[in-house]
Amino acid sequence: MRAAWAGAALAGILTAIATPTRAGEFDFSGFISTELRAYPYSPAFDRQFDDPLAPSIALQPEFRYRWNGGDDRFTLVPFARADAGDDQRTHIDLRELNWVHLADDWDLLLGVSKVFWGVAESRHLVDIVNQTDLVENIDTEDKLGQPMANLNLLNDWGNVSLFVLPGFRERSFPGDEARLRGALPIAEQEAEFESSLKQGHIDFAARWSQVIGDWDIGLSQFHGTSREPRLRPRIESDGDVVLVPKYDIIDQTGLDVQATLDAWLLKLEAITRGGQGERFYATVAGFEYTLFRLLGGAADLGLLAEYLHDSRDQDEAPPTPFDDDFFVGARLALNDVDDTEILAGAVIDRDTQATFISLEAERRLSGNMNLEVEARFFVKVPDSDVLSGIRRDDYVEIRLSTFF
Amino acid sequence: MRRKVPYSPSPGSKGARAVPFIAAVMALVAAAPAVQAATPEEIGLEIAKEIDRRDLGFGDSFAVLKMTLSNRHGQKSTRQLRIQTLEVPAPDQGDKTLTIFDQPRDIEGTALLSFTKILDPDDQWLYLPALKRVKRISSANKSGPFVGSEFAYEDLLSFEVAKYDYRWLRDEPCGELTCFVVERVPLYENSGYTRQTVWVDQKEYRIMRTEFFDRKETLLKTLVLSDYKQYLGQYWRAHRLVMENHQTGKATELRFDQYEFRKGLSDANFNPNRLKRLR
Repeated sequence: MRAAWAGAALAGILTAIATPTRAGEFDFSGFISTELRAYPYSPAFDRQFDDPLAPSIALQPEFRYRWNGGDDRFTLVPFARADAGDDQRTHIDLRELNWVHLADDWDLLLGVSKVFWGVAESRHLVDIVNQTDLVENIDTEDKLGQPMANLNLLNDWGNVSLFVLPGFRERSFPGDEARLRGALPIAEQEAEFESSLKQGHIDFAARWSQVIGDWDIGLSQFHGTSREPRLRPRIESDGDVVLVPKYDIIDQTGLDVQATLDAWLLKLEAITRGGQGERFYATVAGFEYTLFRLLGGAADLGLLAEYLHDSRDQDEAPPTPFDDDFFVGARLALNDVDDTEILAGAVIDRDTQATFISLEAERRLSGNMNLEVEARFFVKVPDSDVLSGIRRDDYVEIRLSTFF
Repeated sequence: MRRKVPYSPSPGSKGARAVPFIAAVMALVAAAPAVQAATPEEIGLEIAKEIDRRDLGFGDSFAVLKMTLSNRHGQKSTRQLRIQTLEVPAPDQGDKTLTIFDQPRDIEGTALLSFTKILDPDDQWLYLPALKRVKRISSANKSGPFVGSEFAYEDLLSFEVAKYDYRWLRDEPCGELTCFVVERVPLYENSGYTRQTVWVDQKEYRIMRTEFFDRKETLLKTLVLSDYKQYLGQYWRAHRLVMENHQTGKATELRFDQYEFRKGLSDANFNPNRLKRLR
């Protein structure tokens, strides 16, 4: 199934490239980044990586070829990382390998790509097309490349995006001996699937989006393999307990809305999902209010607040820490020559007061270098919490990236 | 004296009467500035309308430019960008612009899409290529710096007559030309300026220089436009813009390397859903 798909895509690409047209243009870019993570606390589990410093290096070259006046594009973006603290984080992925054809009121993408849906800051609920590359970052914003055929139709009454998604990508998890793993080891190799086709199940997605005045609205539907696995405990012959990922077939309907009213951004993401126990609902709703030109200077300060709710059964559906939580945050953009920006936020559980604090800061160092600092802290996490396994895994990371 | 101006009437404007009117006004102004019929406000407005009229019908444009930021210590930083503009003929709407960054490399592919309005807040979307995320952003930041430069967002928006109140101040030589000197007061919300003084050359109605006055009524910045070239036998575009901030000593230069008109851009090129297909 996958081979046939890849073959068809490749044939399409080759046909397109072979079509005699005006000379195309080639573009090569990308980045290489070195990072150092520092863990101030000793790990929670035996045999876990206990060096307080974990260096890592990542490379992402990007090849682009455009022809036909830019109406046809070929993109290749491989990614590779080598990590001292986690064997599983040492990985490669094909972020993009696709051909895009643009017409006036439609476009088509065939191949591996990434799609983002949503508006909220603290949790990306409706974003479902790509699998999360969890070893990259626990913020779930890094994604694995997803094979797809994607047709977009641009209409006066809204944009319609249709997706056929063959080739399911399993979620990447930190290794058993790495930091930021869960309370129990995950038997990634033994993942189970509801569909007998396993990773070969073809998933479908569709999204309608429209701008109506100050409102940006998106409505989406997904049918296929859940990107989030359930983690089911299993007792091994030696008495150890492991978690076996189980990927169910789900139906998920999503709504994302943003109203942009002067300095206010009002945001809503909501989903309802069937297929993992009883049908459940989840919501993120909140705002971002920006104080432009703070104190008469050039800087902008954005104040963020969101409420997160999730009605899922924590046993029948993949567990989430965001069942009844508040998020508060601030975004400071200095608007200086170096694009200095700081984003700080905390998600607080209303019930247990377990708090996840995140800090991200970045600035440009020179024409092609960029410095980022990222810190995550887990405060007052009770043993019962989904995040209990990583409660001692606070970290501060410095990342230096060179763009070429 | 002034040449007769080529003009095409815009829908709903009083353009048909305006040319003889402005010609008469200017003749009177030259002869006797204190004539009652033509107030400085009326003259200022007619000059603005004439600037707008001469730019009607360009359709769409594409420009490649280099932005150089410098501070008082002489440290420089550059950005390379492309700007696509689509003329929106409806008189109550402004143009659509799409700005794409090519350098510095860490923001390569970042794009800003703006639908300019006259007095209402503009619609703006930002595209972040690393996340493939299209973000609708607030346009209440009109007075904020554009990518750390001395240009505020409002300095780069398309010129629309109804955005300002006008007052003709005087005529004076500007280089080898003679300029109308017009004061304009922003009417749109969130402007960082109380007023601007604009020098407009009398021959081709090109803006040669603008002085910006901040909320404290002090001179904040001066913009000097030069290296004008004419396209399609009608449309003048400055190829060098230098914005100097008198309060910080910083300056930003925009240098246009390439300008193309009527490339057949359409609304599809300015659809927020298309931002993810820019590269």
